[in-house]
Amino acid sequence: MGRRLCNLLAEGATQKTLPRDVIRGLQNILSASMVLHRSEDLLLYEYDGSVEKGRPGAVVFPSTTQDVSRVVRLAAQHDIPIIGRGAGTGLSGGALARTGGIMIVFARMNRILELDLENQRAVVQPGVVNYELTRAVEHAGLYFAPDPSSWKSCTIGGNVLENAGGPHTLAYGVTSNHVTALELVLPDGEICRVGSRHGDSSGYDLAGLFVGSEGTLALVTEITVKLLRKPESVNTMLAIFDRVDDASETVTEITARAITPAACEMLDGWTLQAVEDFIHAGFPLDSAAVLLIELEGLGEVVAAQVAAVEEVCGDHHARGVRVARDEQERELLWKGRKNAFGALGRIAPSNYVLDGVIPRSKIPQALRRIQEIGERYSFKIGNIFHAGDGNLHPIVLFDPRDEGQYQRAIEASAEIIRYCVEIGGALTGEHGVGMEKSELMPLLFSDDDFELMRRIHDAFNPRSALNPGKIFPLNKGCGEITPRAQAAVRAVPL
Amino acid sequence: MNTTATNIAARLETIIGATRVDGSSESCTRFAVDGVVPSAITRPSSSAEVVEIVRFAKSEKLAVIPCGNGTKLGIGMPPARYDIALEMTGLNQIAYYDPGDLTLSVDAGMNLTELAQALGKQKQFVPLAVPFFDECTVGGAIASNIGSTLRPRYGTARDFLLGAEFVNGAGTFTKSGGRVVKNVTGYDLHKLLIGSLGTLGAITRLNFRTFPLPEAYGHLVSAFSSVEDVVRFQAMVAKSPLAPSSFDILGPEAAQIVAEFKDNRDSALPSWFTHGAWHVCVGFEGAEAVLRRYSSELVQYAQKCGASPYHLLKKSDEKSLRDGLRELVKSLSSPGSAATIFRINVFPCFPRDVTNLRTLAQRFSIPCCIFANSSGPLYFALAPHDLEDKTIGSLAHIASGIFEYAGAHNGSASILFCPVELKQQVNIWGYPRNDAHLMRRVKNAFDPQNIFVPGRLVAAG
Repeated sequence: MGRRLCNLLAEGATQKTLPRDVIRGLQNILSASMVLHRSEDLLLYEYDGSVEKGRPGAVVFPSTTQDVSRVVRLAAQHDIPIIGRGAGTGLSGGALARTGGIMIVFARMNRILELDLENQRAVVQPGVVNYELTRAVEHAGLYFAPDPSSWKSCTIGGNVLENAGGPHTLAYGVTSNHVTALELVLPDGEICRVGSRHGDSSGYDLAGLFVGSEGTLALVTEITVKLLRKPESVNTMLAIFDRVDDASETVTEITARAITPAACEMLDGWTLQAVEDFIHAGFPLDSAAVLLIELEGLGEVVAAQVAAVEEVCGDHHARGVRVARDEQERELLWKGRKNAFGALGRIAPSNYVLDGVIPRSKIPQALRRIQEIGERYSFKIGNIFHAGDGNLHPIVLFDPRDEGQYQRAIEASAEIIRYCVEIGGALTGEHGVGMEKSELMPLLFSDDDFELMRRIHDAFNPRSALNPGKIFPLNKGCGEITPRAQAAVRAVPL
Repeated sequence: MNTTATNIAARLETIIGATRVDGSSESCTRFAVDGVVPSAITRPSSSAEVVEIVRFAKSEKLAVIPCGNGTKLGIGMPPARYDIALEMTGLNQIAYYDPGDLTLSVDAGMNLTELAQALGKQKQFVPLAVPFFDECTVGGAIASNIGSTLRPRYGTARDFLLGAEFVNGAGTFTKSGGRVVKNVTGYDLHKLLIGSLGTLGAITRLNFRTFPLPEAYGHLVSAFSSVEDVVRFQAMVAKSPLAPSSFDILGPEAAQIVAEFKDNRDSALPSWFTHGAWHVCVGFEGAEAVLRRYSSELVQYAQKCGASPYHLLKKSDEKSLRDGLRELVKSLSSPGSAATIFRINVFPCFPRDVTNLRTLAQRFSIPCCIFANSSGPLYFALAPHDLEDKTIGSLAHIASGIFEYAGAHNGSASILFCPVELKQQVNIWGYPRNDAHLMRRVKNAFDPQNIFVPGRLVAAG
């Protein structure tokens, strides 16, 4: 991994165009219209949901696994890196060509191959949009549980490789809990299958390893997922608080009382106003924080949980608890949450959306510390996050044109993430490590941990041909290249 | 230098102290796996000592088998080599427990019963309702990935294991995952440890999500006259809004074994089972209102599917039933017996053609027993009367039939427990997996010199 990655990074900085015979080779495998190589066509693929940048030398749109394998073989012959990409909604630079190379976009591999409703399984191509799968099975009372905020545009292939979460992972788990089998293309072009439709088999859980591997071990060309049965009863509540502490202590108490909502989301401070001004979801503008709590299951279970949640909210001085009266109101509340980040663009030139995770019992102290860090660095930091999972998304507003502010924002963000780790948390709950957090990995992992991860990496991707420059800190794989000073957290363009 | 059997124990003593090493032939015989006897038993009390032992084994090219209380060492093919037993029960503390966060970090050598007691004080638990529960360690339950009856509601270890610490074959202490309920930092290496049977390293600590103990339980035991009715009942429950915590399907012989479970002597449990009938035992949990809903709806479904009789269990009998169901695999697999238990993973989970399996056993006049957990594997157990060559030949014949059956149904099958004589004739792992070569790569990355349980998981080398 080491030497090879160093070369790629050095080359990536200078060499953006691919040799003409490689482009011709790609056009022979696919067709001319399925290969983009002019710089103006490649611009769009420089970005994902983060502001990391990395331009590929070519972008290709295969339709079949065999096409993918042929492209990968061609790339291997010419020693060119391969980067897989779904819809490009990722937030950690996972689907960017850090070192140039050929980007395989799975947009045309977007078919649902099989619906096995009796056994609650679906077999899909990686380019299927998350929400489309739920739409295809809801007539049978089923759905696909992982629901990241970008669920109407992100692809299941991307969900798999990033092990995506979402608000409802609190009750139903992240993507890896819902994947039973994968078809893979390895860096030498070999096509193979891991896992099984059933989900059980003897031996190692290879599907469990590849999910969340951020495209650094193999490309995924087919996915078998579990489908869940829709709950009988859904109840969405909005609890309103005048103090952030009261809201965060309510979350801790809900967890401690072992009430498991399907989702428990928190918005605080100025984020509420920004969201409300834009979406009109009915969030009270004069409150300090709101909790959006969803309870699902048997009618009897939900009724008891609603009463328990109302009691906890009352104990913690909630100003009021509103229960969505109908599906329309429920959708509006969720619209406020799922489109919240977009709404923030109205109030500042740029912001950092962090993704840290902490024990849920420590949410109140963590929010207080985040506030204190914000004040120390003179930033307004708001929070819109999956409170029930302890998955924080502090948002730092700043102006990227002011270099001093930019540096301070990076420092403040790194301090928050370090604090998450200090109190027993982790670097990322759902956005992935990607390019964004690779340099922070040593906060959690020792050299021995990296050594084993590197051996696993090299067991499948020995020449760093797939998605080079991700997950591992550059200085762990490449001593000669100094990592960018503070690559810890990057700005999100709005 | 060639390390002889006699001096392995002596050299280990110099490394971790005499009290932690036992080289007596009596002890070593007790730790034999499929007749292969180790040269020394080690009982480390810390992960640092585990590192020392593994480094010694690595430098001397010795084979190590990590174990807890040894209840499931019979799973897998006989070890190709076996020098050191790494008995992990000295690592038996709860390292961290935050009941308010419902997360736990526990040493691999802690017994499941002790863990259940500690968590019970906070009205919480880890949903590992696995056979050998009273003797089994947490590490053994994870490394064997043996089935839990609570799977329909709580899933498998993959769904609630948050992280792990372990010593890999290079002799380094490593970790993966964390202690938080949501985490995508780095590769999920801890998932590979589930079902690894010790072949990737010695697990020293495991992090779990914990769950609240239910307010109360309910159970419905229904008898059906045909497999078809059982399948109809299963489908009806699956399509309902109900989410039972357990759903055990018992063939007539399996029902008999649960009814006669030795700990059940004082309970009225046997009276709930009907001789010769198929049974489904559904477990559910929650507050009283929830239990009432489950009871009435499940009874309705059972009636519609022709269940007769059916019983909602009395509180006093519930524990006996849960224990009997959980320990079914143990009841069938007494050490040294000829019992042969297949684990079959096919869709649908409980197929109508199970009668073919019974026919297969009857053809060879071997008593058999079938049971399944609705979302998990189907178990097919054979209890031959002897270990004569002819009997082993019959078992081998049945095994190839079952492997073929599973393959034809896009599934897989393996043998969970069987006499070593059968292992000499059959690869108990069934048909080779398509991804066996990828498994070998994982094994090489974790354990480059193949010191951990060589041969047990054939595909891994």
